[in-house]
Amino acid sequence: MSQIPASLLTLIAGIVITLFSIWIGLNHGLLPEQVSEQAPLVDNLFSIMLAIAFAFFLVVQGAILIFIVKYRRRAGDDTDGVYIEGNFPLEIVWTAIPALIVIGLGIYSVDVYQRMGGFAPSTGMMAHSHPSSHVAQMSRSAMAAPLMVADAEAVSPEASASESEESATPTGSEAPKVVETYKLPIYGFGAPPEVKKPADVTVNVMGLQFAWIFTYPDSGITTSELHIPVGKDIQLNITAQDVIHSFWVPQFRLKQDALPGEKSQLNFVATKTGTYPVICAELCGSYHGSMRTQVIIHTPEEYQQWLEETKVAQAGNLNQAVATKPAELSPSEFLAPYAQEMGIRAETLKQLHPQHPSS
Amino acid sequence: MTQAQIPLEQTPVVEHSEHKKAWKWYEYFTFNVDHKVIGIQYLVTTFIFYLIGGAMAVAMRTELATADSDFLNPSLYNAFLTNHGTIMIFLWVVPSAIGGFGNFLVPLMVGARDMAFPRLNAIAFWVVPPAGILLLASFFFGGAQAGWTSYPPLSEITAPQAQSIWILSLVLAGTSSILGSVNFIVTILKMKVPSMKWSQLPLFCWAILATSLLALVSTPVLAAGLVLLLFDINFGTSFFKPDANGNVVLYQHLFWFYSHPAVYLMILPVFGIMSEVIPVHSRKAIFGYKAIAYSSLAICLVGLFVWVHHMFTSGTPPWMRLFFTISTLIVAVPTGIKIFSWVATLWGGKIRFTSAMLFALGLLSMFVIGGLSGVTLGVVPFDIHAHDTYYIVAHFHYVLFGGSVFGIYAGIYHWFPKMTGRMLNETLGKIHFALTFIGTHLTFMPMHELGLKGMPRRVAMYDPQFEAINKICTFGAYVLAVSVLVFTINAIWSWVKGEKASGNPWNAMTLEWTTDSPPIIENWEVLPVVTHGPYDYGLNGRGPSAEEESAVSAQ
Repeated sequence: MSQIPASLLTLIAGIVITLFSIWIGLNHGLLPEQVSEQAPLVDNLFSIMLAIAFAFFLVVQGAILIFIVKYRRRAGDDTDGVYIEGNFPLEIVWTAIPALIVIGLGIYSVDVYQRMGGFAPSTGMMAHSHPSSHVAQMSRSAMAAPLMVADAEAVSPEASASESEESATPTGSEAPKVVETYKLPIYGFGAPPEVKKPADVTVNVMGLQFAWIFTYPDSGITTSELHIPVGKDIQLNITAQDVIHSFWVPQFRLKQDALPGEKSQLNFVATKTGTYPVICAELCGSYHGSMRTQVIIHTPEEYQQWLEETKVAQAGNLNQAVATKPAELSPSEFLAPYAQEMGIRAETLKQLHPQHPSS
Repeated sequence: MTQAQIPLEQTPVVEHSEHKKAWKWYEYFTFNVDHKVIGIQYLVTTFIFYLIGGAMAVAMRTELATADSDFLNPSLYNAFLTNHGTIMIFLWVVPSAIGGFGNFLVPLMVGARDMAFPRLNAIAFWVVPPAGILLLASFFFGGAQAGWTSYPPLSEITAPQAQSIWILSLVLAGTSSILGSVNFIVTILKMKVPSMKWSQLPLFCWAILATSLLALVSTPVLAAGLVLLLFDINFGTSFFKPDANGNVVLYQHLFWFYSHPAVYLMILPVFGIMSEVIPVHSRKAIFGYKAIAYSSLAICLVGLFVWVHHMFTSGTPPWMRLFFTISTLIVAVPTGIKIFSWVATLWGGKIRFTSAMLFALGLLSMFVIGGLSGVTLGVVPFDIHAHDTYYIVAHFHYVLFGGSVFGIYAGIYHWFPKMTGRMLNETLGKIHFALTFIGTHLTFMPMHELGLKGMPRRVAMYDPQFEAINKICTFGAYVLAVSVLVFTINAIWSWVKGEKASGNPWNAMTLEWTTDSPPIIENWEVLPVVTHGPYDYGLNGRGPSAEEESAVSAQ
């Protein structure tokens, strides 16, 4: 139709919009530092989407602006506009272009997802074959116990160590332990497909109102901050004790819900040393906003040193660790050491679990 | 209901003329079965809840002006965020867009004297106030605090009495929605005036038809999930209790199977309003009538298969993450068709910048932003980062506030003369629009950056590095609060003292403008005969094709 403007002006506008959108995509500066191997993959995807979105934004908003200026009603003109029912070729074009773009985005996102290790957890499920221990632990724990004691043991050194051994050497010798026949799937991100070996460092992460507890099954230490070495394959096994939490490190671009009764994992390689926030991203109660801690990425040497020092310190200071019988402590007493480190005030702790005053 | 078959050439049946023509003011507070009364009842009731939900938002933004939790008790903050969401969705946007506009307009637009089941209609409305009162009463028990999503186990251990009341309130609201939907479907399919062809059905009715089908399919699933949750809280079952072999992810599937389509329940009727307002005020035929009608149905169908994109970081296996990435991206296509069609409708028009048109243009502009950020969120690798952050809050407020609420405002400015017989004040209307437009961008645009940089949503206390941007958002929220005050004053004042409106103040072509303002009881003395399409602007009485020559309007 002759109404479609196809002048040189449109061509120039198109080129300008394209260049400007690409520039925005490259220079938006909206995302935090990249500290994992997955981060650049996600950022590239976002930047491309932002550039496309920006181009669409400019075209549509530009069209709206031009039309409302050009086709505004002039004073005294009470007639109607020209009668146009539609334009089939034009409608085909604006159906086909977005369709092609979203198909392209879909394919690209599958590729990014695969390179991030998104397909690995399901294969990991087969190799692990340790489903029942967790379920068994969970069902032993008393329903109303404010801090499920049995579950705290689930990530205690012995239990977790056996789990990780199991995952490293999936032999049939462990078979009698499996009391339930179904397998629990594992959610999250596994190791990238080219990595075939087990992770260098495994950390069990447990979310509880309102703190993260990190247990290192290989060395038996428990901390409230995550310490990891740079450049190594890290595997986080994530669970939750009471309600759903979500483990998020913005600089890693990785997030995984910590689900009570479900297992999830995140595999990644940190690419920079430094200290970055660990944030709970799923509403978990009144003090959800304060459920923040840190991930400290060391050089491998520093990491070894930290590991040794912490081992020694925790061996001499047992009643601070989870290895105490938490059942004998009230929730606020149990949480006090963690809370102190996190800067949570005592009155905050007093408000924990008001619905279980019996503890 | 056979009024539609009354021979149109004859004088009206005598008993009609003996009927009273208008309702007394107090009859608006009774169990009235007139669809117009019910529509206005819906709009006024839900607007009151909008004010309550808005007050909660202002309180939350005040809390968030500083990084520390220093204004509201954290539990109360969570109760506000839960009830703000619940009220805005279940007691404002859904009942006002579908119940309010749908009831008032659908019979008028299809040329019927009332809805198919007037009594059912009144029942559907009268369960809304109890639902709202229940929800507000839950604050005596601390208020539900687990978010409008109310994921277990948090919802099972936090303020259980309030949570139970919240569930009952939602089940009531859902019941209202189901009853209303049945009524709309039957009314549109069966009570259209015979002279109206399907291709002459106003697009608002197509939108309500699609919305009602969607509500009918999805709402029962939410009810099921909520009832199971209620049993878990009160009767010792363990559907969602992980320590008794329940499954927490199951609830999320049941919840989002309804609550994602709920997004379309909130936007499709508003898209319908757009398709009515834009042609009238730009004096142009709607561009691509069929494409807009079919895209409503397409959104409704595809929208049933995208719910897992709310659960990408939850217990979701890889195949599911990718399936729902693709299905989510597909929704962008029919939505894009609508946007482009409205923009094309502007082309070659004689645009009148009435308040209704300004809000419609505002919607067009805002929804593009919300829609584009929605496409980015549909893609799983990026959503992993952005999920449950302020980026999400920004996205859905652009869609629901910049989209749905702008559309409801546009609808109110457009049909207020028809509903009340008086015009809204245009000067106040333009002030209202300017404040709302600026306030929306100030409040929600910076939230994109907050989320991407690492601020999670639903927090009362946050990392102090985000304080400066949060102050902008809080200021924007105050601007929005003032804008709502301006509108409220305008609406009340104009209803009492506004300039009298003629039957067709906008010179529009759909059937509701062929009767008085406000319409008489039973809508017309003589049912109108449809002689032209609903958007035949620019034809000057010529038919769009050969068989419709020299069309005359119904009266």
